[in-house]
Amino acid sequence: MIKHEHLSLKYMRREVLPTAFCPGCYNGIVMNALFQAFEELGIYDLRKYVFVSGIGCSSWIPSPYIKADSLHTLHGRAIPVATGVKLANPELEVIVIGGDGDLASIGGNHLLHAARRNMDLVVIMINNLVYGMTRGQAAPTTPKGMVTPTTPYGNPEEPMDVARLIANTNANYVARWCVSQYLFLKNSFKKVLGEIKRGFRFIEVYAPCTTFVIRRENKTPGQKLKELMNTCIGYEKWEKLPAEERTKHIPTGVFREEDKPGFLDNYKQLIARLKR
Amino acid sequence: MGKLVALTGNYAVAYAAKYARVDVIAAYPITPQTSIVEKLAELIESGELDAIMIRVESEHSALAATFGAAVAGARAFTATSSQGLLYMHEFVHWTSRARIPAVMAIVTRALAPPWNIWPDHSDFMDQRDAGWIMGFAMDNQEVFDLTLQAFKISEDPRVYLPVMIGLEGFILGHTTMLVELPEQEVVDQWLGPRKQEYVIDGKEPLALGNLAWPEDTEEMFMEIQKAMDNAKKVIKEVDEEYGKLFGRKYGGLIQCINCEDAKYFAVSMGAWSGDLIEAVNKLREEGYPIGVIRIRFCRPFPYEDIWEKVKNSKGVIVFDRSISFGAWGPLFTDLLTGLYHYTNNLPIMSNVVAGIGGVNITYNDFAKLLTSFIETIEKGDKPPVFTWYHKR
Ligand SMILES: Cc1ncc(C[n+]2csc(CCOP(=O)(O)OP(=O)(O)O)c2C)c(N)n1
Ligand code: SF4
Ligand SMILES: [Mg+2]
Repeated sequence: MIKHEHLSLKYMRREVLPTAFCPGCYNGIVMNALFQAFEELGIYDLRKYVFVSGIGCSSWIPSPYIKADSLHTLHGRAIPVATGVKLANPELEVIVIGGDGDLASIGGNHLLHAARRNMDLVVIMINNLVYGMTRGQAAPTTPKGMVTPTTPYGNPEEPMDVARLIANTNANYVARWCVSQYLFLKNSFKKVLGEIKRGFRFIEVYAPCTTFVIRRENKTPGQKLKELMNTCIGYEKWEKLPAEERTKHIPTGVFREEDKPGFLDNYKQLIARLKR
Repeated sequence: MGKLVALTGNYAVAYAAKYARVDVIAAYPITPQTSIVEKLAELIESGELDAIMIRVESEHSALAATFGAAVAGARAFTATSSQGLLYMHEFVHWTSRARIPAVMAIVTRALAPPWNIWPDHSDFMDQRDAGWIMGFAMDNQEVFDLTLQAFKISEDPRVYLPVMIGLEGFILGHTTMLVELPEQEVVDQWLGPRKQEYVIDGKEPLALGNLAWPEDTEEMFMEIQKAMDNAKKVIKEVDEEYGKLFGRKYGGLIQCINCEDAKYFAVSMGAWSGDLIEAVNKLREEGYPIGVIRIRFCRPFPYEDIWEKVKNSKGVIVFDRSISFGAWGPLFTDLLTGLYHYTNNLPIMSNVVAGIGGVNITYNDFAKLLTSFIETIEKGDKPPVFTWYHKR
């Protein structure tokens, strides 16, 4: 009998398994999609890839699980650290994976400025709607009205739409997919790893925290996944919805796609011009 | 009389803020501080506490917003731990230099890397040059009492400096003990309304935070040094008043246990002082003449008070739960330099650094270290000036 191994194991450090994620955490789906993208691109050796993360459950995806160089850094500071790595050795493909809290809250200014510079980085943001690791408090992505330990009677604030915010910058690629849209997500990963290989590439994954969001709704991650198949719709369709319907749906899709020169190309051009 | 309730150290902090009737709370979650803020959110939203909470996007913003609220006349409060405190550091200095009363709880935790959520005093002691009054509790009742007293001390016109109160994460933060809560009316009368030197309220336009000439700047620093001196007196007064009103008096900047006839002294700060006291009680039974000096405030540093206790002693051993790399434990270096002012014939002084990164130190460890310290001196030898007590 042939024993089939899960494809993800090719890319993971077996000695640190099982992962620290809660059972049913959607971070696993994101990992699988990423690894499948690598496999379909024929990339098996990740030695040219550097993964940088801050702090949070999502920041654990690369570190320590992915068999590649991984830098686990301070909460919110993954992007500037990744920028330093990329500038020191542009041959490396530098990928940041982190949470909505890490990248959009405490590290929000870095995200904006890296996008503005079209810095040559891939940034994958897991939007699980809360600060998961600290047990599910309200984050800037928490929907209005949601109950969390710091908003026991409902969140009074409006959430920020991170993908659409970054889509208004100079970034080369901006997309958002729900975990339920696995193939689209995987294809976006393939796009930014295999095709558009420069500039700022941002992918938001909408993946509510199983323990601190889905369980509070008295649902299972399976039920939620089915629900997301209806909640997550293409943004063109979403834009045509009446206002009260919009709040019930998540606009997804590719918001921006270009292959213009990134920070390093522009910098090289400047140096070349000055040398003349 | 007040009422006895079972509270974790973190909830004791939250209740102290409630009894002080804080107006504004700004915070960002971090283990092991988080349950303070969660409790306060609950108290506000259930209507028990009339305050506004802003769930800011980082600790830098947390202290910035606390500062802003305090400048605008609010009794403002925040809490953090570890990396969060380091990230705040710019505003830690800013708040004290601006002479703005405010209170912050530090649920202490080791600093990264490596990532570690267990308690030591590295985060807290890192702030000791920042111009804040710094108190540290030993149990949950003291957490409550100190946090409440912090508002009184901070808003005393002779002081007008921010106050931070330390408590070890998990050991106190997440452990439940009985805490006596006072009557609100008595607290209200004692604490009174918010006091500060200046307030932004539209009545008189003020330009704050401007550039100053070197001499002016230096004078402002000198004023802070003077306020720290005043704080020594104020802390003791507050301890006395509090003792009369609420029945618990701790002794001011330090607490001395078994000190009367002691020939040797063990100095410490924080929750592990409980284990140290237990060890000393045991050694007393065995006939060792030793006492404990528990530092309750390390800024201002209680040189005089400690000198009064140790001036006729044969040896002083100082336990530090943090390290100033390249030097020694900070409590030890502070104490050593301070005592030198009084005598050129110091008792034998020795420093033990231990419990870093959350390494558990029990009363047996303390008993072992203390006996060896005393016996070395009794034999006529000198114990090492510095030991890193590591158990593995
Ligand atoms: C400066 C600092 N502040 C706070 C923390 C505590 N902390 C650890 S993870 C985290 C939030 C994580 O949320 P997110 O980035 O969304 O990741 P998730 O766990 O939800 O995947 C926080 C606040 C920290 N480690 N450092
Ligand atoms: S807390 Fe939420 S995000 Fe973190 S591992 Fe558990 S399910 Fe996943
Ligand atoms: Mg999150």
